[in-house]
Amino acid sequence: MNIESIANPKITIKDLNFYYGNFRALKDINLSIAEKMVTAFIGPSGCGKSTLLRTFNRMYQLYPKQKATGEIMLDGANILDSKQDLNMLRAKIGMVFQKPTPFPMSIYDNIAFGVKLYENLNKHDMEARVEWALRKAALWTEVKDKLKQSGTGLSGGQQQRLCIARAIAVKPQVLLLDEPTSSLDPISTAHIEKLIDELKEDFTIVIVTHNMQQAARISDYTAYMYLGDLIELGETSAVFTNPKRKETEDYITGRFG
Amino acid sequence: MFSHEARLKRQAVFDLLFRSLTRVSAFGVLALLVAIIFSLLVGSMPAIHAFGFGFLASSDWDPVNDKFGALIPIIGTLITSGIALLIAIPVSFGIAIFLTELSPRILRRPLGIAIELLAGIPSIIYGMWGLFVFAPLFADYVEPWLNKHIGTLPYIGPFFSGPPMGIGMLTAGIILAIMVIPFIASVMRDVFDVVPAMLKESAYGLGATTWEVMWQVVLPYTKVGVAGGIMLGLGRALGETMAITFVIGNAHELSKSLLMPGNSISSALANEFTEAVGDLYTSSLIELGLILFFITFVVLSLARYMLYKLGQLEGQAA
Repeated sequence: MNIESIANPKITIKDLNFYYGNFRALKDINLSIAEKMVTAFIGPSGCGKSTLLRTFNRMYQLYPKQKATGEIMLDGANILDSKQDLNMLRAKIGMVFQKPTPFPMSIYDNIAFGVKLYENLNKHDMEARVEWALRKAALWTEVKDKLKQSGTGLSGGQQQRLCIARAIAVKPQVLLLDEPTSSLDPISTAHIEKLIDELKEDFTIVIVTHNMQQAARISDYTAYMYLGDLIELGETSAVFTNPKRKETEDYITGRFG
Repeated sequence: MFSHEARLKRQAVFDLLFRSLTRVSAFGVLALLVAIIFSLLVGSMPAIHAFGFGFLASSDWDPVNDKFGALIPIIGTLITSGIALLIAIPVSFGIAIFLTELSPRILRRPLGIAIELLAGIPSIIYGMWGLFVFAPLFADYVEPWLNKHIGTLPYIGPFFSGPPMGIGMLTAGIILAIMVIPFIASVMRDVFDVVPAMLKESAYGLGATTWEVMWQVVLPYTKVGVAGGIMLGLGRALGETMAITFVIGNAHELSKSLLMPGNSISSALANEFTEAVGDLYTSSLIELGLILFFITFVVLSLARYMLYKLGQLEGQAA
């Protein structure tokens, strides 16, 4: 499957290379991300799937000696262009991490934090926005009576949904999830997976996961990566039942990785 | 078999010895603290009997007529320490942000080491530098400017008017600030360094600027450590003696102006102990020492209490 065959691409990547110093971590990646679908990146540790995800919001730029070349087109503009306004880019592309990272402030303020960076809402509108985000993240009923309490006091699974709510409160178009369930128990994981399924109505979702079953359960497209190469991208059902490449088959059948 | 038992026994004895030794050390500190408080109390009894609580509120300091009051040195100590923190906290915050977030990697170590070296300079050197280099420059350039531009303002004006002498409360506060910055800055840097990268990335990922990340996420996350660093600096500022003695002017005069000479508890002690004749004079100085001890204790306890309350508020919230 080549990149043209994705009908409605939200993000299109052309000849993307990524370097940690002199080490080339991504090699000529060409890939499209379908709009309002879930695309999963799978592959063994160190294959570059997280690295690839972190180019979408240029998170790597926090660190010296990391650089990306090539093109990542979003809405007709190249994300990697040095003229791209980073803060505006990150308003469009939200991110959730391996571990829950609630800020040391109340649940309400956690959600309002990102919104305040871009919008000047009055108290009423902000309350509405916070409620909207928490409802979207399926957390509202659990926290509606304790919005003033610290976000760090929630359980791990609730904290992660809080982080998802925080990310979507800004109303981004794309949501990047970097192994969002890797630190959670199975029940919390199931919550998050169900949530991802609902969120794709509104957002384009890219998820990195270690867990192949998870990719099979929740994604529409799956990309298999190995040692910095994109080996195969296709509809998830096709990749898992009828992989085109031998390497993909070896990985998903558990022969290695 | 026999040697094995003997060894076990020897180990048990050694363990007991070791345990006793650590216990003695720990309780020794406590005993020392009590002994110091006790001897300060005993030493200041004559002054306490003579002046009572009036000692705290009186600005007399008249060795000839044996009239003593602690108001001026108490105020001097509090004001110079206050000025020091007012300057040192924001500067240290800036240094710590630069060192942890903004500085190029190759500059981090040399700059960090330089700041730590600053903490190692003996205080008498700060005093000499303050008196011979800083005070004259301050008198020639800064104080006239303060007089002219701030001294004429309503309300705060009186604090900044007066003859530009170079030495005085403001100079002492600034020198103290320079002395405590290394302590506060290096503690802040250390606690900022241990903030999880992912937490900062989460804030950056929402599009926050470095300032927003530091001020709204990193600082609240590290508030206990930061407060600890500030307390460390405050503790040093309250007790600092040598450098202050050089630049504060050592005048037992109460003045509104920060440009005028004053006195601090520690520098009064350092200057006057050798010439204190008469029991009441000596006793008054010892009571000053007791007061300094008390101020330090109260300030540090208040800080602890404040942190405890903050923690409780969050605990309640959680």
